[in-house]
Amino acid sequence: MVHSAPGGPFDEDKAVSPEVMEKLNERYNLNAPLIEQYTDYLGGVAIGDFGPSFRYPSRTVSELIFTGLPITFELAVYSIMFALLLGIGTGIISALKKNTYLDYIPMTTAMVGICVPSIILGPLLTLIFGIWLEVLPVSGWGDLAGDKILPTITLGTAYAAYCARLTRGGMLEVLNQDFIRTARAKGLSETRVVLVHALKGGLTPVIAFLGPAMAGLLAGSFVVETIFGIPGLGRFYVEAAFNRDYTMILGSSIFFSCLIIGLNLVSDLIAAAINPKLR
Amino acid sequence: MKSNLFIILLVLLTACSESIKPVDKAVENQILYIGNGTEPQDLDPHIVTGVPESKVLMALLEGLVIRNPDGPTPLPGVAMNWEISNDGKTYTFNLRKDAAWSNGDSVTAFDFVYAWKRVLLPSLGSKYPDMLYDVVNAEEFNKGSITDFSKVGVKALDNSTLQVNLKNPAPYFLELLCHYTTRPVHKATIEAFGEIDTAGSQWTRPGNFVGNGPFTLDTWELNKVIIVKKNPTYWNNAVVKLNEIHFFPVDNASREDLMFRSGQLHVTSTVPPEKVESYKDKYPDNIQVDPFYGTYYYRFNTEKAPFDNKLVRQALSLALDRTLIVEKVTKGGQQEAFSFTPPDPNSYFPPTTLEFDPKKAKELLIKAGYSDSNPFPSVDLLYNTSEGHQKLAQAIQQMWKTALDIDITLTNTDWKVYLSRQSIGDFQIARAGWIGDYIDPKSFLDMMVTGRGNNQTGWSNEEYDNLLVAAANSTSQDQRFRKFYEAEKILIDEMPIIPIYTYTRIYMLHEDVQGWGNNLLDSRPYQFVYLENKE
Repeated sequence: MVHSAPGGPFDEDKAVSPEVMEKLNERYNLNAPLIEQYTDYLGGVAIGDFGPSFRYPSRTVSELIFTGLPITFELAVYSIMFALLLGIGTGIISALKKNTYLDYIPMTTAMVGICVPSIILGPLLTLIFGIWLEVLPVSGWGDLAGDKILPTITLGTAYAAYCARLTRGGMLEVLNQDFIRTARAKGLSETRVVLVHALKGGLTPVIAFLGPAMAGLLAGSFVVETIFGIPGLGRFYVEAAFNRDYTMILGSSIFFSCLIIGLNLVSDLIAAAINPKLR
Repeated sequence: MKSNLFIILLVLLTACSESIKPVDKAVENQILYIGNGTEPQDLDPHIVTGVPESKVLMALLEGLVIRNPDGPTPLPGVAMNWEISNDGKTYTFNLRKDAAWSNGDSVTAFDFVYAWKRVLLPSLGSKYPDMLYDVVNAEEFNKGSITDFSKVGVKALDNSTLQVNLKNPAPYFLELLCHYTTRPVHKATIEAFGEIDTAGSQWTRPGNFVGNGPFTLDTWELNKVIIVKKNPTYWNNAVVKLNEIHFFPVDNASREDLMFRSGQLHVTSTVPPEKVESYKDKYPDNIQVDPFYGTYYYRFNTEKAPFDNKLVRQALSLALDRTLIVEKVTKGGQQEAFSFTPPDPNSYFPPTTLEFDPKKAKELLIKAGYSDSNPFPSVDLLYNTSEGHQKLAQAIQQMWKTALDIDITLTNTDWKVYLSRQSIGDFQIARAGWIGDYIDPKSFLDMMVTGRGNNQTGWSNEEYDNLLVAAANSTSQDQRFRKFYEAEKILIDEMPIIPIYTYTRIYMLHEDVQGWGNNLLDSRPYQFVYLENKE
């Protein structure tokens, strides 16, 4: 499909002579019939060889993927941790203080968090904390102190908001049930009731949400990585599309697909472990 | 409770604000931070073609001559001095004996012969071999009609003497030699990682790269940073004041702007177009608007109606108010173009003009056969996606509608599609830009010769082609320019392309940067740059 998009990987502003173009196409086997290129490629993938990047002649696709992956992974982990901590914490409070200001304010903020896309939130936070207050760097990942904070918040906010609402909903559902009333009647402390008994049930929707959330996080990382100049896999992937770097596009797509399938599987397994009803 | 946490976080963050402004410590450490556009594809001078790559290669490799930061005449580089024969066709370069590679080896004339062979080898697939086509048999070797490199006009007479024979006198040849494609490469390093014509080997990685420039390659983290450090073996090490240069691949103009304003960069590669006006007031000492050796123009597809008719092309050019465009639309200090080749303040001013005369334009259109009974067809204007191109296209669409009552549809595509459509002739009018590789009219006028790769208009004019050949064979610069003036007149009369304006380079420069210089090609060697707080 990528081949059908006009423009090739070696098209540049400065025209090349037909002889040179021929050499380049030959070197990367682009003149072979598509089906031959496809089977050659699959053969390579089977042994873990995704081929050379067309855009970066001295690098292989595997090298690019594994250069960018740890960074995207780190960003995703920090974001999900931020989302869970902020979201679950807020959700619990909202559930317990239902229908008071401590419920309305967080939940409204959560709605805003879901609605404001990262492409607006990112630059906005950068403007406030980077330019006006001058407390955080505006770009980079791991170079300057505090440069991981804004990208994490930008990526994690929408998910924090979802988690908050889901936790609140799940908790409310559980808090009304008989076994909670029994626990309270037995004289258990409120903290124990909430954190040990109610939370388990309240977390079920959050856990189920995590699988698709990881997929969304990976997609969201493309935008956040571009906004903050983070050298992760998402940025390589987007650039590959613009550069018609065929091998990189294919390799990254295969990689992301496997990753998302794997994450969804893990999420299902955890959900089943927590909630016997699902087994 | 949440708000308390937030305040605590803010206090904590404010407390650690010390280390976030790299620019503040930079003068003490002499580290220059540069925003460098897209991530370089590679650092092999015989493979790459882009500007970001050239900026890094400027630090790592030095040629026979180096760019003069303040003017067009090149300065001695590896070559201490040189003799040019009376007929202008033989150059003898005397190389300095203390020129050294970063691993201690001496730089010799044989290194240049090896490098030029490599770039001209058809099996390498370099996209810039034409930089050396003035050399005897270079083009023939590159196209495969001869295979013996000893027939090509470059020879090492001994370790420190390089002789070059040209097909025709080329007054711009020394300037060509500033370009990175003509710089030497270290043979042993290249052949340790492959053959002479292996493209994309590991020789360009930090730790492997051996160069002869003022800096060496220390770090290369993809999409993150390239760091070069002062080269202790560089022959002119004594004048180099910078210790390090950090090149950041920032392809997003807004982020680059934020990085500059928050003290992460000394130099940017551009300024977001919507900020240019306000920054002239807000940061008058930082915003640079430098003349640039490039022309913004529109190409016609002259092989299909209605643009196969010269009168139509002339009409469309006459209906363009270039003054209005540069003052109200582009607003970046650009100059209206009056010819295809941009003016060179030192010598070249072709006697051509591009007028704004909507009345005459209308008359020409009628003369071409278009009127109420035979209305002008709707045509398509192609440009690559960008806010700047879009604004200009819309303005021009309006001008043509008002003056000539013709309808233009605007089509924007991404960069690769835009290139591909032009190369196969699938367009009617297309936006284009050309920056000269060296300051000489040849770098522009050569493009429009019949069948040239960057012509892409289908236009062919025998007299024009002959004039350029005559220019190449001229014995004096005066005579050359006269031939070029005539060629330019034909071009402007026939109008296969409509020049619109001459480019400027707009970017931000921190006030601590000294020795930055100013030249038409926006190309400067870093040995003359340093950081100082001049309060």
